[in-house]
Amino acid sequence: MNKTVNQKAWFLVLPVLILVAFSAVIPLMTVVNYSVQDSFGNNQFFWAGLEWFEQMLHDDRMWNALQRQLMFSGIILAIEVPLGVYVALNMPKSGFWASFCLVVMSLPLLIPWNVVGTIWQVFGRVDIGLLGYTLDKLGIDYNYTQDSFDAWVTIIAMDVWHWTSLVALLAYAGLKSIPDAYYQAAKIDQASRWAVFRYIELPKMMGVLMIAILLRFMDSFMIYTEPFVVTGGGPGNATTLLSIDLVKMALGQFDLGPAAAFSIMYFLVILAISWVFYTVMTNLDKKGG
Amino acid sequence: MVDATSTAAVTTRRPSLPRVNSRAVVMTLYLVFLMLPIYWLLNMSLKTNAEIQSSFTLWPEALTFQNYITILTDPSWYMGYVNTLIYVVLNTAISLAVALPAAYAFSRYHFLGDKHLFFWLLTNRMAPPAVFALPFFQLYSSVGLFDTHIAVALAHCLFNVPLAVWILEGFMRGVPKEIDETAYIDGYSFGAFFVKIFTPLIASGIGVAAFFCFMFSWVELLLSRTLTTVDAKPIAATMTRTVGAAGVDWGVLAAAGILTIVPGALVIYFVRNYIAKGFALGRV
Amino acid sequence: MDWMAWTQPTAIFFIVIAALLITFTVLALKFPETPRIGVLRIETTRGDRLFITLLGSAFINLAWLGLVGPDTQPWAMAVCLVYAAAVFRWV
Repeated sequence: MNKTVNQKAWFLVLPVLILVAFSAVIPLMTVVNYSVQDSFGNNQFFWAGLEWFEQMLHDDRMWNALQRQLMFSGIILAIEVPLGVYVALNMPKSGFWASFCLVVMSLPLLIPWNVVGTIWQVFGRVDIGLLGYTLDKLGIDYNYTQDSFDAWVTIIAMDVWHWTSLVALLAYAGLKSIPDAYYQAAKIDQASRWAVFRYIELPKMMGVLMIAILLRFMDSFMIYTEPFVVTGGGPGNATTLLSIDLVKMALGQFDLGPAAAFSIMYFLVILAISWVFYTVMTNLDKKGG
Repeated sequence: MVDATSTAAVTTRRPSLPRVNSRAVVMTLYLVFLMLPIYWLLNMSLKTNAEIQSSFTLWPEALTFQNYITILTDPSWYMGYVNTLIYVVLNTAISLAVALPAAYAFSRYHFLGDKHLFFWLLTNRMAPPAVFALPFFQLYSSVGLFDTHIAVALAHCLFNVPLAVWILEGFMRGVPKEIDETAYIDGYSFGAFFVKIFTPLIASGIGVAAFFCFMFSWVELLLSRTLTTVDAKPIAATMTRTVGAAGVDWGVLAAAGILTIVPGALVIYFVRNYIAKGFALGRV
Repeated sequence: MDWMAWTQPTAIFFIVIAALLITFTVLALKFPETPRIGVLRIETTRGDRLFITLLGSAFINLAWLGLVGPDTQPWAMAVCLVYAAAVFRWV
C-alpha cells in the first residue's frame, strides 16, 4: 500500500508513546541509575562507578547462567521448529477436524505459566505423576529434583509441550496461503514430496517461520515462571536460567546494584538480537514483495 | 476442483498404503501428547487427597467435587480469580484504546521516525519482565499504586500495547485506503469515520487483539506477583498457599489449575481461525 | 523522583543520548534521509546508523571493561568514536 507522508500522524501515536515511556523508559532509566550505585536499603545510595559491571563481567555466575540460557534456547529451537513444521504439514486443511486441531493445540498456550509449571511438576513426580510413575515402572531412574539431567529433560519437555503448537500454528497459516495451483503444477511436474516441501512450502512459510523463531527465541530467552515452578533453578544451579538468576538477585537478595548491572547487560543482548531478527525480517518482507 | 488434502496425498506417491492415514496418526499422537498432562491435572482435581497419595489410578475411583467446592466457596480463593479478571480486563481496555489510533497511523502514514518507533515497540515486547520487576516495584510503590489492579494493568501494557499495535496494524493494512479517502470526501471527520466506518471493518482484528491482550495478561505471573500483596493478589499467586505445613493439598491445587484454564478454553473457540494471524503479528 | 536515585553522571549520560536523538530528528527534518546499502548488505538510514553506533558502543565499553579494566575506560570511548566514524562512512 502506498503510504502518504503525514507528520500529524504523530498525534495518533502519542498515547502509546506516553504509556510506553511511563512503563518502559522510566524503569529502564532507574535501572541505569541503580547500576552505578551501592545501596544499603532505605533509599540511601552511594556512588560505585563501574564496579558492579566489572564484578558481573568477571563473575562466573552470570556467564554460567548465560551459557545455560543459550543451551536451553538452542535445544528448544532445534526441537520445536522442525516438530512444529512437521505437525503443520500433517494438519487437516479444512473442515471440522481442522478446527478441532486448532482449538486443542491452542489450549496449552492459554494456561497461566505457573500452572504450566505446576502441571509438569505433578506430571513428572514419581509417586503421583503419570510420566514419573511410568518411567519409574519401566525401570528408568528418573528424578527431576535430584538429577540435573532429568531436570533438564523435564523443563525441555515442558517447553516443547507448551510452545510447539505456536510454531505449528504459524507454519500452518503460512501453508494455507499457498494457492492450489502450485500443488497442481508440482503434480504435473511429478515433483517428489521433498521437492514440494523444499521449493514450494518452505519458501512460502519462511516469513511466518522467522516470526515463530523470533518469538520462540525471545520468549525462551526470558523464560522464568515455568522452570522456576518445576525446579526452582535446581538441583543446585543446574537449571538457573538468566531470568531466574536475575530475580533471585534483585527481589530475593535485594542487591540493587549488581542486579541492575546484570539487567542492563541482559537487555543489551536482547536488543542486539531483536535488531538482527528485525532487520532480517524486514529484508525478507521487501524481497517477498 | 481437487482439494488440497487429496492433492498432497497424491504427491506423496505412496499409493501402496491404502488410506492408513499417516497424517491422522501423527496428529493423534501429537494431540494426545498435548492433552495427557492436562488430563492428569483434571484427573487429580476430581480425586480426594487420600486417593491421590495412596493409590495410582488412571481415573478417579471415588469421584469428588469437594476440591472445586472448596475454591468456589472460600473468598480468599475465588477473589484471586476476580482480581485477575479485573486487571486483565483493565489492561485489555487500556491497550486497545491507545493501540487503535497508533496502529492506524502506522498502517496509513509515513512519518518521521516511524520505523524506529516500530522497532522500539518491538523491543518492549521482547524485554524480559525480570528486568522490569524491580524498577516497577519501586515505581508503583513511590506513586502509591502498589497492590492495586491498575498497577498490574499498566505494567502489563509494557508487552501488550506493542502486541496490540502490531496485530491491529496487520489487520488495518488489509483495508483498502480508498475507503478512507471516500469517507473524507463524503465529509466525515476523522473521529466519525474511525468510529462509524473503520472500526466495524476491522472488528475481527480488534477481537483478535483483545484476545491476545487478555491471554498474555492472564498467563503472566512474575510482574503481577511482584506488584501485589493482598488486595489485588492474582489467582496464580494464591495457588502457592496450597503448600502448607501438612504437605501439599494436591487436589485443591489441581482444581485451581483447571479453573485457570477454563476462561482461555472458552474464548479460544471464537478466535480459532485467527490465532495464527495474531501470533504472526498480523503478518500472515 | 527520589526513588529513581539520580546521579550526575547518569543524568549527563541521558542528556547526551536525548541531545543526540533531537539532533538527528532535526537533521532528518532539514535533510530528509535517503536509505543506502552498505557493507552489511542491508538498507540503512542515518537513524539506523545512529542506533548501530550506540548499541555497538555499549558492547565496546563492556568488552573494554571486562578485558582491559576500568582504569583506562576513556580509551574505550576513543574506540567508540573510531567505530562511529566507520559505521557512518561504510554501513
